[in-house]
Amino acid sequence: MPTHLANETELVTKARAGDVDAFSTLIRQYDRYIYRLALHITGNQEDAEDVLQEAMLKAYTRIGQFQGDSRFYTWLVRIAVNEALMKLRKRATHAREVSLDEPVDDGGRAPVLREIEDWGDNPEQRYARVELQSILDSVIERLEPMYRAVFVLRDVENFSTEETAEMLNLSVPAVKSRLLRARLQLRERLNKFFGKGKESGLQTGTPQTV
Amino acid sequence: MVCKQVLRRLCDYLDGNLDPRLVEELSRHLGHCEDCNIVVDTTRKTIEVYCKSEPMALPDDVKERLDRALYEKLGWRP
Repeated sequence: MPTHLANETELVTKARAGDVDAFSTLIRQYDRYIYRLALHITGNQEDAEDVLQEAMLKAYTRIGQFQGDSRFYTWLVRIAVNEALMKLRKRATHAREVSLDEPVDDGGRAPVLREIEDWGDNPEQRYARVELQSILDSVIERLEPMYRAVFVLRDVENFSTEETAEMLNLSVPAVKSRLLRARLQLRERLNKFFGKGKESGLQTGTPQTV
Repeated sequence: MVCKQVLRRLCDYLDGNLDPRLVEELSRHLGHCEDCNIVVDTTRKTIEVYCKSEPMALPDDVKERLDRALYEKLGWRP
């Protein structure tokens, strides 16, 4: 979560009165967070950049509607999520990719775990910050869009299950089921980087069902 | 509780939303099941590592184009 500006309320008041500099200061604080969110949901840089620009411009035209009943960042995230979902749907229609709305075909089956391996303490400390970020991004990118959006809103942006459901227009049980699968898939893919026995790069886990 | 039931309740457990009676049952299972222990631990770490991660600064070209869009639409100059 980003650090919020101490004078956020004052900047919002100014921005609502049409002060472009105040608005710009506000969005500068959050631009990289919004870009990452857009990148995570859309899964590609071109769309993420469009989402970033459109969300910021839309925020400016709608700042009059912002009542201050949430953080400015939360409000901005909601706008960006909407823009990102529109992009995703547009792409899904063109490329016949799996859309976010498509029901997850899990048939109530329990997820299957293929690799179970201990990570030890603070596995992330084995990597420099830039490297770690690139690992985390690349692993998330490989999730299906419907899992990505749920995971990002719940676990990266820290929204509640109910808020996530509302933003993605999903039911609460659907969010819960996707979140479990997203977390387990990411966990499994991170084994390669964080697993204790993976320093050699060898895959040692044997397939198994729990 | 068996492994499959642990897995189904994993998110509620990690998010602190599990009924105390079930937490007790689950903890009992974790007391003797090494695999579930690892799954719970590594899933918790997965969430933590993402939750703590901070995005890199906006790439220069992306920032430039955002500035340009703000200038063209709002008349704002960096």
